[in-house]
Amino acid sequence: MLTKVRDADLEKVIGNLLRYGVLASSVVVLAGGIVYLIRHGGQTPQYHVFKGEPEKMRNPVLMWKAMLHGEGRPLIQLGLLILVATPIARIAFSVVGYLLEKDYLYAVLTVIVLLVIVLNF
Amino acid sequence: MTVLVFSGILFAGALAAGLLGSLTGLGGGVVLIPLLTLVFKVDIHYAIGTSLISVIATSSGAAAAYVKEGITNIRLGMFLELATTAGAIGGAFLAGYLPTSVIAIVFGVILILSASLSFARPADPVTTGEDSVLSRKLRLNSSYPTPEGEKHYFVKNVVGGFAMMNIAGVISGLLGIGSGALKVIAMDNIMRIPFKVSTTTSNFMIGVTAAASVGIYLKRGYIDPGLSMPVMLGVLGGAFLGSRMLTRAKTASLKILFAFVILVLAAEMIYNGINHSI
Repeated sequence: MLTKVRDADLEKVIGNLLRYGVLASSVVVLAGGIVYLIRHGGQTPQYHVFKGEPEKMRNPVLMWKAMLHGEGRPLIQLGLLILVATPIARIAFSVVGYLLEKDYLYAVLTVIVLLVIVLNF
Repeated sequence: MTVLVFSGILFAGALAAGLLGSLTGLGGGVVLIPLLTLVFKVDIHYAIGTSLISVIATSSGAAAAYVKEGITNIRLGMFLELATTAGAIGGAFLAGYLPTSVIAIVFGVILILSASLSFARPADPVTTGEDSVLSRKLRLNSSYPTPEGEKHYFVKNVVGGFAMMNIAGVISGLLGIGSGALKVIAMDNIMRIPFKVSTTTSNFMIGVTAAASVGIYLKRGYIDPGLSMPVMLGVLGGAFLGSRMLTRAKTASLKILFAFVILVLAAEMIYNGINHSI
C-alpha cells in the first residue's frame, strides 16, 4: 500500500515536470524564433544540400555565448535543449523515487538508462 | 521564397500534422519527414533531426496527461527503455553511414507498416497473458482503472518483447521517428498487455528513446534551428488542439484518410529512394 501511494506522488511530480518543461522550452524557442525571423526573415532558406550546422549550433557553451550576442538561432537551440532535458530529468527523478521506495533493482535499471543517454550527449 | 514565408508554411504544415496525428493516434511525426523532403526538398538528414525534436515535444506533452491518469505502467516502460535507448544509439550511428536513398526506402516501408497496423489492431483489449517468473521478478504485472474497477493484468513473454523493443529503438534512432507502431506490436501482440496500457506506455517511452539519439544528431549538425522552431511549435500546437477536440465517433473516417495519405507518401519515398533522387 505504501508503495502505491509513493508511486502516485512520483507520477504527479513527473507529470508536472513534463508539462512545465515543454512550456518553458516553447517559450524560449518562440523568443529565439522571433529574433531569428527579424534578423533573417528576408533571406532565402537553403536546406537542399546538407552542410551540417556550424559549431555554435552544436555546442551548448558556444550556443550560450552566441545567444548573449543577440543571435536568435542559438537561442532556439537552447530552447530545444530544454525540451530534450525534460525526459532526461524525468529519468533522474525516477532514480530518486525508486531509492526512496527501496526498489534497488529499478534504481539500478534507471541509472543505466540515464547513463546510456547522458554518455552519448 | 523568403525565410519568413518558409517558416510560416512549415508551421502550418506541422500544425496540421500534429492535429491529425493526435486525432487519429497515428502520430504526427510520420508525415513530417516526407513533407520536408518531398515538398520542401530539404535534405533528409536535416529532416530526420527536425522530426526527432517534434517526437520529443509530442511525447512529453501527451505523457504529462496520461501519467496522471495512472494507466501508464512506468516499471514496464523503464525496463523496456533499456532496450530502446541502446537501440536508438545504434540507429543514430547507422544513420551517419547508410546512403540517404536506403534511409528513404526503410522509411517508406516503416510508414506502410504503421498505417496498416492501425487497422489490424483490435479495438478491444486482447486476452491478457499468464504470469511468468521474469515478469514477477521484475514486478511488471500491474493493474489499471476501468469503469468496472481496477483490472489486473500479467505481462507475458518479457524476453521477446524486449528484443522487439530493441528493434523499435534502432528504427527510431535511424529515422528520427517515435516508432510507436513497433512499440505497440511488442506490447500488444508479444507481451499481451491491455490496449490502453500499451498505448500510453509506448508514448511514455518515445520521448526517452528519442532523447538518447538526439545528442548524436546535435553533434553531427543535423538539428537546424530554422527548421526545428516552426515544426516544434506547430506540432505542439496541433497536438494540443487535437487533445481538446477529441471525439471518438468522428475519427474513424479521418483515420482512413490519414492512413491513405501516409501510404501515398510512403510510396513516394520508396520511389525516390530507388531512383536515388532523395
